Order: sequence, then structure tokens, then C-alpha cells
Amino acid sequence: MFSFQQYVLAESLEQAYELNQKKNNVILGGTGWLKLGKKSYGTAIDLSGLGLDQIIETEEEFSIGCMVTLRQIELHKGLNDTFGNACKEAVRHIVGVQFRNLVTVGGSLFGRFGFSDVLTCFLAMDSYVELVGKGVVSLEEFAKMPYDRDVLVRLIVKKDGRKVSYQSFRNQSTDFPVIAVCAAELQNGKKIASVGARPARAVLCSVENEDWTKELTFGSNMRASAEYREFLAKILLQKAWEELA
Amino acid sequence: MKIKFRLNGKMVTDEVVADTPLLEYLRSKGCYSVKRGCETSNCGLCTVLMDGKPVLSCTTLAVRADGKEILTLEGLQKEAEEFGGFLADQGADQCGFCNPGFIMNVIAMTKELEDPTEEEIKEYLAGNLCRCTGYQGHLRAIQAYLEAKQGGIL
Repeated sequence: MFSFQQYVLAESLEQAYELNQKKNNVILGGTGWLKLGKKSYGTAIDLSGLGLDQIIETEEEFSIGCMVTLRQIELHKGLNDTFGNACKEAVRHIVGVQFRNLVTVGGSLFGRFGFSDVLTCFLAMDSYVELVGKGVVSLEEFAKMPYDRDVLVRLIVKKDGRKVSYQSFRNQSTDFPVIAVCAAELQNGKKIASVGARPARAVLCSVENEDWTKELTFGSNMRASAEYREFLAKILLQKAWEELA
Repeated sequence: MKIKFRLNGKMVTDEVVADTPLLEYLRSKGCYSVKRGCETSNCGLCTVLMDGKPVLSCTTLAVRADGKEILTLEGLQKEAEEFGGFLADQGADQCGFCNPGFIMNVIAMTKELEDPTEEEIKEYLAGNLCRCTGYQGHLRAIQAYLEAKQGGIL
């Protein structure tokens, strides 16, 4: 379990940003990942009081506050109607309902975890993150950025008419994915996919060529070998196109 | 940190050390149904309802209960007894250690899902681990319980 000396319920994003500049401080998401560590922090900064736990849908986009839980993503009708249940499919295997009622979109994205279903899912959409310091950055760029002391405010997902399908493979239900693929067909017919749990930060790639996996790096760990992951990635992409056909 | 929240129907105002997990705090208040079965947020034994939603009390902080309503099995004795009877009918439990968290999530499920399919039941309860059984008895107990509720027997 992680520990900290002080707790601050932030009254503004500016205050949270300022407090977060100190290296020993930490922003609390749903604490699902933090609690697995044993690190001791100075001040824990809570963004719960800033009304960032809402999904706001307009005609052009979804604005998803950083404190929105994975369960809210799973159950949001607008989001799932627009993207063919891809968001639901991406999160429904993550641990259990009780866990998904706590852990947040902000924490999942900011961590840019190598196993992240959430990052893989939204990367295949026209997504952006709003940061207090850097402003609005595309999720594709954010996924490549090194960790810094910025504060993630919200995720913005544009409704651009693309069709999306999320596929993942797990050795066991509720475990981390062995490999995850989120495929998208844009309105102009272009086909792309994000591939996560390789196991490394999800990346976006073009899938027009037959040997599209060659430009990606896959790794081996206790769950699977690099070769197996690459093989599965191709199969999952095929399944995604079958679903979208 | 000062927190004020509703625990099993009673208002509680208390002083907590800011990094205390909700699980340890609730046990210190005598809610011994709340158990720690793992260290990795996976087992579901510590499930409590926070504003009606099932959450892992091992994973969230006690300070985050501030302003909320928390229900543990101690506050849901009637429902627990009703469903517990169906579990016993199937001989579904062995050591019983996972029962409180499991029953809490079943109660949450019956409030959230209307007439769930077998697949939906399995998915809702996937985050509750039981090391003794094969879950089949649990599943039969839930189905019998839901049928009894629908038939107006309960």
C-alpha cells in the first residue's frame, strides 16, 4: 500500500498543478495502481471536488472528465452507440465491477501503462487530452510523451463517423490482456489500428499492408512470447474487420 | 482529516489518518464482514457499497468516503440472510471467507441489473474470487434467488 503525509482536496486545477510540481507529491486517480506500490509520498492531491466525473456529449464530441470511472465508460449509452460498443468491450474484462467503479480514465491514460486497454481503445479514435500546462494535445502524441508533472483534465473524443472495433486476448478472464487491438475504419475508407499490451505503450499504426505488424515491436513476458503476441495481433485485427463488415 | 459520512444508516463524524484504506477504517469501526483476501485488488472480498455502487474498500481511501453513504454487510442483514439461505440450500460455500464480499456484490447486482442472463451474472461477479468451490453452486443459488424474487416469494 502506498502512503502519504498530507491530503489536499484541490479547489482548482491551478492549485493541483502547482502542488504537483513537487516531485514527491502525487495526484490520486482511482488509486488502483498507486495502491499496488509501496511508495511514500508527501502530499496526495485529490481532484474529486472539481466536477470532473462527468461525460458530456455534444453533437461533435464527448468530453470525458479525468475522474470518470471505467464503469461509467462501460455504461455510457452515447459513447457505446457511437463507437459500436468498443469502449464497453475495452473495459469490461478489467478485474471486476467493484474495481471499475473506482479506477479513472485520467489515471489510466496518464499512466500510459504497457497493459492499458483504455489507452489502446481511445488511441484508435480521434482523441485528445487536455492538460493544465500544455493545453490540448492529441492522444497519439501524448502516448509517446515522457512522464512529466502536468495534470490531465479531460479526454476529448471527436465524433468523426469512424467505425471502431475493440479486440483483446486474455489467458484468463479479468487478467491483463496478452495483446489488445483496436481497429478503426475512417469515413474516407482508411484503415488504422492501435495495438497495446505488446507489452508496451499502445501505438497507432497503418494496417493497409499484409505485413503491418513488422513495423511494431513485440515483447515477451510471463503471459506470452513476442512471436505469439504478433500472431494474435493479426488474428484480432481480422476479427475486428469481420465484426465491422 | 475530518470525515463525515453515513455508515449503515448512521451519521459518523470522525478523524482519520489521511492515507488509511477504507477497509482498515471500516474494520476499526467494527465492520468485520469486510475482509482482505488479496493484496492486488482482485479478490472482491472487501466489497462495500459506496452511494449504492459496489467498490473495493481495500483500494479506496477512507477520506474518499467523506459525504458518501457506505453500506457493509452489517447494514444489510435482511438481504444477506435471504440470499444466504439460497447459498446454504446449494451447499455453495465451504470456508465462507469470501461470502460477505460476494453477497455484497450479488445485492449490488440485483439492484443494478434487471433479469440478468447467466452470462451477465458471470460478468458482474467475475471480480469475486472463491478458492474452495467451482462457482457452480453460487450460480445456482443466484438463479434460484432471482427466481424467488421475481415470483414474489421474497
